[in-house]
Amino acid sequence: MKTLEDLKKVREQALEQMKLREGKFSAKVVVAMGTCGIAAGAREVMAAILDELDKRGISDVAVTQTGCKGLCEQEPTVDIIKNGQSVTYGYVDADKARQIIAQHVVNGNVIGDWVVSAS
Amino acid sequence: MRELSMHILDLAQNSIAAGASRLEIEVAADTNADRLVISLQDNGRGMAPDFVSRVKDPFVTTRTTRRVGLGIPMFDAAARACDGRLAIQSSPGKGTYLAATFKLSHIDRAPLGDIASTIVTIIAVNPDLHLRYTQRVDDKAFIFDTDELKTQLDGVPLNEGPVLKWIGEYVKQGTSEETEIN
Repeated sequence: MKTLEDLKKVREQALEQMKLREGKFSAKVVVAMGTCGIAAGAREVMAAILDELDKRGISDVAVTQTGCKGLCEQEPTVDIIKNGQSVTYGYVDADKARQIIAQHVVNGNVIGDWVVSAS
Repeated sequence: MRELSMHILDLAQNSIAAGASRLEIEVAADTNADRLVISLQDNGRGMAPDFVSRVKDPFVTTRTTRRVGLGIPMFDAAARACDGRLAIQSSPGKGTYLAATFKLSHIDRAPLGDIASTIVTIIAVNPDLHLRYTQRVDDKAFIFDTDELKTQLDGVPLNEGPVLKWIGEYVKQGTSEETEIN
């Protein structure tokens, strides 16, 4: 049974993670959350990303959203911004999202087959 | 949209795009009246009367990437397909109120679905938003309010991993059993 009392413990855990990253983020993940993205499954992609980061104990990756960027047909799309490079993945699902975290965000290897644009 | 909770996530994006700092979402089932009401109230910039009158039209949108906007038209269509309707009240500077009714038992009514995931997603990317979510079934209610959390968290943002995980589990638990809506 979860109660608001648990939050004290949760707060301690969060503070520890915040201390570890010292205010610096190593990468940014952007999920497109326009109507098109949501209808195509962006919420499940977001849930998978948050879960994968949590499971791996990664706290220095910022997760944000954007609206429709005109790639409706290729939604859900996810941008990874790391080392000054921005890569957009298309047709992402929960499983692909987990692999993108493992291979690109953690290990720095872009998964070329799933990229729809890069800059 | 496969789930009503996906419409809710989509409509919350409208509130956020309108600069809302406060969003109240309520999903209420009345089993005697066989009615489901989904409402959203925000304090965003609101819409002018002539925009409100046209906003259910898919060819009306504020987006710039293309000339169609389907969020509100699809929500309106979902309600109308279930003997219901979508009401919109809005005024510039005062925010927007949306309320859609559905016949609860209608065969075409989509399930509410994973509302916990919708709440977590909204908070993950809008940690400063004051979000209040109420789910009612007749006289039973589950209320989730980010202000209560903020007091307990004392400066730790809502979008920290351990906090989001807790929120997901808390909302899932609270919206099951006596306030469960399928």
